[in-house]
Amino acid sequence: MGEPATSEILDLDRLEATGGLRTGRRHTLSLLVENKPGVLARIAGLFARRGFNIDSLAVGPTQDQTLSRITLTVDGAQHPIDQVTKQLHKLVNVIKIRDLAPDESVRRELALFKIAADAESRDQVVQLAEIFRGRVVDISRRSLVVELTGTDDKIEAFEELVKPFGLIEMVRTGEIAVARGRSAT
Amino acid sequence: MRAVDAIIECLKAEGVEHLFGIPGGANLPTYDALYDAGIRHIQCRHEQGAGHAAEGYAKASGKVGVALATSGPGATNLVTAIADAHMDSVPCVFITGQVRTELIGTDGFQEADVTGITMPIVKHSFLIQDPREIPRTIHEAFHIARTGRPGPVLVDIPQDLSRADIPYEPIDLDKISLPGYQPTTEGNAKQIRLAAKALAHARRPVIYGGGGIINANAAEEFRQFCTSDKFPVTLTLMGLGALPGDHPQFLGMLGMHGTRTANYAMDEADLIVAVGARFDDRVTGKLSEFAPRAKFVHIDIDPAEISKNVPAHIPIVGDAKKVLPKLTAEYRALGADPKRLDAWWERIRGWQKKYPLRYDETPDGEIKPQRMIETLYEVTGGDAIITSDVGQHQMWTAQYYKFKRPRQWINSGGLGTMGFGLPSAMGAKVARPDETVICVAGDGSLIMTVQELATCVTENIPVKVFIMNNGYLGMVRQWQELFWNRRYCAVEMGPSPDWVKLAEAFGCKGMRCTDKNELADAMREAIAHDGPVVLDIHVTREENCFPMIPAGAPVREMVG
Repeated sequence: MGEPATSEILDLDRLEATGGLRTGRRHTLSLLVENKPGVLARIAGLFARRGFNIDSLAVGPTQDQTLSRITLTVDGAQHPIDQVTKQLHKLVNVIKIRDLAPDESVRRELALFKIAADAESRDQVVQLAEIFRGRVVDISRRSLVVELTGTDDKIEAFEELVKPFGLIEMVRTGEIAVARGRSAT
Repeated sequence: MRAVDAIIECLKAEGVEHLFGIPGGANLPTYDALYDAGIRHIQCRHEQGAGHAAEGYAKASGKVGVALATSGPGATNLVTAIADAHMDSVPCVFITGQVRTELIGTDGFQEADVTGITMPIVKHSFLIQDPREIPRTIHEAFHIARTGRPGPVLVDIPQDLSRADIPYEPIDLDKISLPGYQPTTEGNAKQIRLAAKALAHARRPVIYGGGGIINANAAEEFRQFCTSDKFPVTLTLMGLGALPGDHPQFLGMLGMHGTRTANYAMDEADLIVAVGARFDDRVTGKLSEFAPRAKFVHIDIDPAEISKNVPAHIPIVGDAKKVLPKLTAEYRALGADPKRLDAWWERIRGWQKKYPLRYDETPDGEIKPQRMIETLYEVTGGDAIITSDVGQHQMWTAQYYKFKRPRQWINSGGLGTMGFGLPSAMGAKVARPDETVICVAGDGSLIMTVQELATCVTENIPVKVFIMNNGYLGMVRQWQELFWNRRYCAVEMGPSPDWVKLAEAFGCKGMRCTDKNELADAMREAIAHDGPVVLDIHVTREENCFPMIPAGAPVREMVG
């Protein structure tokens, strides 16, 4: 018993228009969850079912062994993100959810860059890393690995700058975040 | 104690008296424990039947329904019932066997990742990993299933873990508490006051009640609220019975096949108070044109339902049983003048007069489907528990059987599961053995779960199946007629089966009726018979279910 009661053929543009492109601000959601198997699958499934693409995801232990922290960033217009956070609240294993606004939180990501650099270009790369307060953590005759922490903007800026040298690969952790001020996230 | 014996102890502690299920390799230990457990187990013929029976049991009794299945195909056969319970918020616990832990993930014999498969359609699920967790998990499953917005909970138990010898101490059920699961029940006092004020100011209010009222056992509180003034009331398909069908303030069901009066009242309302209802697309029609003049008060235990489809001006998260008495008291205290609603009622009475539910009676003996339901109502005095399948017969039953009380009407609303009627009737009859339980079946639907007639006979569950037989997948045919230029494709049911012979083959009484003058007597005979009966009632073949809001159209464009 499909939808609208009509045998009219739908053109693709119209379908796309009703699909709703999501162009709202980026959301950083911080979830406190029970440290149990399958929790991540439940959360990821919820986003997938509602058509959200998770941009980044970081999972780690907290000061309480029974709990884990999941930080994820998604694109979303305000309305659908509300529906998703409400649905997340319904998951029995999810204890707490916070949608962290950029000005109320400190956000960091760790990235490792493997950059092609021989004796000739090495100094330039090291200099760039220093400007970005990165650290060289591995070195070989023809490459360097630079460790960098910061916001995604900073990491992406560094990425652009080192690309011309030959960026062999970049590995990023996904953003983690904590609320500013005395109160817990 | 064996873990499975602990499961039985836990089930008893939860007050479980009946189970529905089928054994198999992976849940053999559970069935061994059931052998002398003193809990009645109804051996179904298909796990889907067991699942719907558990739902019917839960809906008729208000208790948690329990179904058991083995791993792999047993568990996957349950999936439709789990999805159905999820959509209609039915408190059920499904306990499935899983292959031994060493086989999990190896494509072992009869292995299926049932927690994975059911993840989007359960309220919660557990895959047991330590046998010592089993007792607490069973109790947590019941707690989650029955509290808050009820729903299905799955417990998947690997076969080897269910055989483990574990220490067992009874658990204090009052101490079951989950940190991430704390439903809000009381309702915010300030919001309730605001809602009362809005009601006192409203000139054209409508109360829109749903299945949540029935789940909350709040029909009496709802009646008091509705009658605290002369509020017009409409109910969803799932809410029927929350207010008696013949109540003077009841406008009939709303939505796609609701009354014009109910739908027009929603359309012109200035205030809509939704109680335990979720603004389903079958209710709203075209969302952007739904109730354009109204402000919305939305009372629901599930915060995710509020403002999901229709933005609520006054959201109230809470249990209807707790919120409604407060709202009633607040409203009474305001002493609003009931006369302000007179003009509104005049308009409503006008619609009621102009657009009653109607159909054309046949000149000969041919049975109109609407007439069948009216006859059923007369024969049963409006007192029977009625279950249904999904389709035209379901809508006609909802329209013409004036349900008097909650838990009298059991059907599949959200998922729209054909084949729901017979097994749910079975569950309802087990829960309420002293009541007449009738399944109004569609001929297209009944064949999907007809094997449960064997269960009814073997387990001595005397349900009465009244088939509204039009030889079609009637609702699909109606859509093909109205919207697809009568290109009837794959809706004709043909000559098979012979329902009387089929019923008899199962050991039921088989009856047939093709003449409206004999219908009441046939129904009486079927009800009086001591045992399950299939009554094959031949009705007008191409009758359409009206009125109707075409899907995706605004309410004003109701047809028929």
